[in-house]
Amino acid sequence: MKKRNYFLIFGLLISTVVVLFILLGYFWTPYDPMKMNGAVRSSAPSLAHLMGTDKFGRDILSRVMKGAGASFFVAFGTVLIGTVVGTVVGALTGYFGGWLDEVLMRFNDALSAFPSFLLALVLVSVLGPGRRHLLLALGIVFIPSYARIVRTEFKRARSQNYVKSAQIMGAGTARILFVHILPNIWPVLLSAITIGFNNAVLAEAAMSYLGIGVSPDEASLGYMLSDSQAYLSVTPWYALGAGLVIVLLILGVGLIGEGLQRKDI
Amino acid sequence: MRYTAKKIGTLLLTLVLVSLFVFLALSNLSGDAATRLLGTEATPERLEALRTELGLDKPLPVRYVEWVAGMLRGDMGISYQYRLSVSQLIAERLRPTLSLTLMAFALIVALSIPVGVVTAKYAGGWLDRVVTVLGQLLMSVPPFFTGILFTYLFGLLLRLFVPGAFPAWEAGRMRYLGYLFFPALAIALPRVAMTVRLLRGCILDEAQKDYVRTSMARGRSRGDILYRHVLKNTLVPLITFLAMTVAELVAGSVIIEQVFSIPGLGRLLISGISNRDAPVVQAVVVLVAFWVVVCNLAGDLLGRRIDPRLRYGEGGRT
Repeated sequence: MKKRNYFLIFGLLISTVVVLFILLGYFWTPYDPMKMNGAVRSSAPSLAHLMGTDKFGRDILSRVMKGAGASFFVAFGTVLIGTVVGTVVGALTGYFGGWLDEVLMRFNDALSAFPSFLLALVLVSVLGPGRRHLLLALGIVFIPSYARIVRTEFKRARSQNYVKSAQIMGAGTARILFVHILPNIWPVLLSAITIGFNNAVLAEAAMSYLGIGVSPDEASLGYMLSDSQAYLSVTPWYALGAGLVIVLLILGVGLIGEGLQRKDI
Repeated sequence: MRYTAKKIGTLLLTLVLVSLFVFLALSNLSGDAATRLLGTEATPERLEALRTELGLDKPLPVRYVEWVAGMLRGDMGISYQYRLSVSQLIAERLRPTLSLTLMAFALIVALSIPVGVVTAKYAGGWLDRVVTVLGQLLMSVPPFFTGILFTYLFGLLLRLFVPGAFPAWEAGRMRYLGYLFFPALAIALPRVAMTVRLLRGCILDEAQKDYVRTSMARGRSRGDILYRHVLKNTLVPLITFLAMTVAELVAGSVIIEQVFSIPGLGRLLISGISNRDAPVVQAVVVLVAFWVVVCNLAGDLLGRRIDPRLRYGEGGRT
């Protein structure tokens, strides 16, 4: 009897809903997220305002839709930078080995003990505020973890027969690395991507919650949470709305990652 | 011995890399520190004098070496924003952060070990499933959101503590620890879920091994095997993981201090970053790096102390 992979099913379900919610937010929101409406200040969730309004009468659902888009953008970009650069570095060092590999791995070992979040924090303070800088800083500090995972896999693949046959048949190095080996390590990379994505969402949210690297006009979910905290006793639904979307975003991808791992066993 | 030396070498490299990174990153910012301190209307002569006083006129490598030498002596420089010695600022803020970290760690150990053992014992049962789903959920909630929820629920609704009013240590131990309980729980919860998952996995892996089957065949009870043999063997990965956790709790504490307005190292770091106070940021980051290194080393040495196989090497080579 085949057991159903509920982790994967629910993960895909939640992620699809959240992604659709975010994509929709890029084109359409129920209200203008910046428009203040004095008539409906601090009103609790209702049919007109599903997540209520904030102290200035702005529709929270609309704000959360835009904010989730900003968070998603940063997380996606971070994973993209981390994965692409990490894969290239990991592939080259793992496949060729040599002194450069030794040196890079020593550096990697040394840095992996230190919380990457703090490195990103310092990096952003140097690069200056703005969503792009946040994305760049997080992307850079996430590169080593991907490089390490990819390197291990390429090192293992190097001595395997399919790679040796490809070498004998005269395939070019780039072809061997990215056409022959990469597809074979895809499952490992995919699970690293799901974990990395969640770490990126968390790091972005934490960073913008602290007010580091954000400009208020591109308010992401973390910034909204810190904004909501001042009025927690008046509009608790503001914090709930923003936080709920972060939780769903992470939960969905986390469940997919968990589901993928269980499928392999 | 060779292993320990290599380990210490890696950890020293961590310190060097982190300090170099934070120094180079922030030295760009401190270039205008003199202007920031004196205002834009200051005369060039006064700016120049202050730069000399702060040592900003020397070349970078010299400044790095001087800074490191100062840190080793316990002299961390003068804060640009407070005009106070950084060591004094840090000393004042060390206690809340340390209390928070240790409390969170105690919660993690106290909660995750029993839950991990029980879920592994009844793996596949309803309790195991509930804990797995709950764990997945807990891992998805960022600690600062948990903190906001706690503030609302326990602070505003139930009035168990007054949000924002952090009591001093001198105001009474119970009040101090009572306030810290909620932020500690907020950073502990996702870590508890991770530790439970790790422990459960380790126990189940270990239970697959031959010696467990042999013991079962000899008629020993499951509980006996679990508590006397299997748990002992999961101790080393658990300790390694917990050592990493203690190290990372400090980073978690940076954010949660902001949520609960706790005057600790984290708030000092954030205010240092926002005010471009290079000496403060550099000192705090290096201090955290030092903490990380010490925790990792302690976990490693403890693991080797417990498991003789790690000391002598299973293949006879260390």
